[in-house]
Amino acid sequence: MIEIKSLYKSFEDKDVLLDINTTFVEGQTNLIIGQSGSGKTVLMKCIVGLLEPTSGQILYDGRDFVGMNKGERTALRREMGMIFQSAALFDSMSVLENVMFPLDMFSTMTLRERKERARQCLDRVNLTDAEKKFPGEISGGMQKRVAIARAIALNPKYLFCDEPNSGLDPKTSLVIDALIHDITVEYNMTTIMNTHDMNSVMGIGDSIIFIKEGRQEWSGDKTLVATSSNQALIDFIFASDLLQKARSAFV
Amino acid sequence: MFSAVIKPVKTFGRYLQLMAKVFSRPERLRMYWKQYVKEMQQLGVDSIGIVLMISFFIGAVICIQMKVNIQSPWMPRFTTGYTTREILLLEFSSSIMCLILAGKVGSNIASEIGTMRVTQQIDALDIMGVNSASFLILPKIVALLTMIPVLVTFSMVAGFAGAYAISYAGILTPDDLTYGLQHSFNQWFVWMSIIKSFFFAFIIASVSAFYGYTVEGGSVEVGKASTDSVVHCSMLILFADIFLTQLLS
Repeated sequence: MIEIKSLYKSFEDKDVLLDINTTFVEGQTNLIIGQSGSGKTVLMKCIVGLLEPTSGQILYDGRDFVGMNKGERTALRREMGMIFQSAALFDSMSVLENVMFPLDMFSTMTLRERKERARQCLDRVNLTDAEKKFPGEISGGMQKRVAIARAIALNPKYLFCDEPNSGLDPKTSLVIDALIHDITVEYNMTTIMNTHDMNSVMGIGDSIIFIKEGRQEWSGDKTLVATSSNQALIDFIFASDLLQKARSAFV
Repeated sequence: MFSAVIKPVKTFGRYLQLMAKVFSRPERLRMYWKQYVKEMQQLGVDSIGIVLMISFFIGAVICIQMKVNIQSPWMPRFTTGYTTREILLLEFSSSIMCLILAGKVGSNIASEIGTMRVTQQIDALDIMGVNSASFLILPKIVALLTMIPVLVTFSMVAGFAGAYAISYAGILTPDDLTYGLQHSFNQWFVWMSIIKSFFFAFIIASVSAFYGYTVEGGSVEVGKASTDSVVHCSMLILFADIFLTQLLS
């Protein structure tokens, strides 16, 4: 479980995050949604420690991440996995080497065990055949799946996904969503996902927070989205005429 | 005026901060060793061809120039070989060759690390808990410190080979060249070149890595970082050359 308490972040005189309070529960896919520029990526970066919050607390199962020293942070980071918008695979390594990388760095397994574990992870994302290929030789969807395999290699407790569906076709997006959701349940991880993909919101949104102009505007789950009376959320989620009609029919 | 002074000081401060991160204790030596071997191949072994080719031709050209412009009936016949040796040993094979390598290797380092930065590969390392600065930069620095003295030595040999090629083409006799190359030979000049090359190797690797690691933005900024790294490495090599030459002579 990750708790965010009174989190503020500003860059020089510009406030980007204002008083964010929320809890991300384990075993669930927790979504952060909002328009581009609303502050959701900054929030994610603060949570994983790529940015320092101006004030507030980030508690990983009660452990205050903001107040930790470098060594404690490094130790906690080994419990994290992250899937980036661009997959962020290492270009100079093959698919198998990419998945083995966290194992090579931090595990005490033998080479055979590391390879076996990496192959298990690749098998979990249905990519066994691509292990010898390089990131430049596989499609965007496959790269995302490799990124998922790499993220779960060390059995993390916390999984972060920054717009994992970005640049993917709707069908592949659904596959990635399903994979992230299934893995979250299977490993009982606390998964936090940044997205503005409506299929993700309605498909895997066990818990959702909606951010607008740096403020937490709404929180709930996918079953509450359609019936919410929050106008900003409705305008964001049901932006097109087609979706508005679908919502009207549903309500 | 004030910002023109402050900016280089800030940049130098950021460089020192990065170096402090680079020279921290490696997490997993096995992985660093693997990177070190890879970098020696990529930055050093892959540069052997260009070093040999440039040195061979420059050695030949220096020999011709010395013969045409210095040699006269009032000068000893070994002057061409003697001056060719001094130029190759004292400046060309260390300083000028490192300037050339700053272009080839330095831009390679800056653009590789810069691309890793803008494609979030460095963020991925940081989130895994890897000291990305140390993991990416330290093997490059150590690899260049290992390989550049070797390349400098190859450059000396290739330069002399170029001079001999010219002598066999009939510009001067090989015996005169050999005599000139051996005349008043001071072994220290070879060591001086090698000592200077260690400093230049460190400048090339660390400065280029700094520009790559601190890139913000996209492909345009990566290109700019690559250019900046070559410019600053070249300037620093030239400044360092003055001090080192004065110090070691």
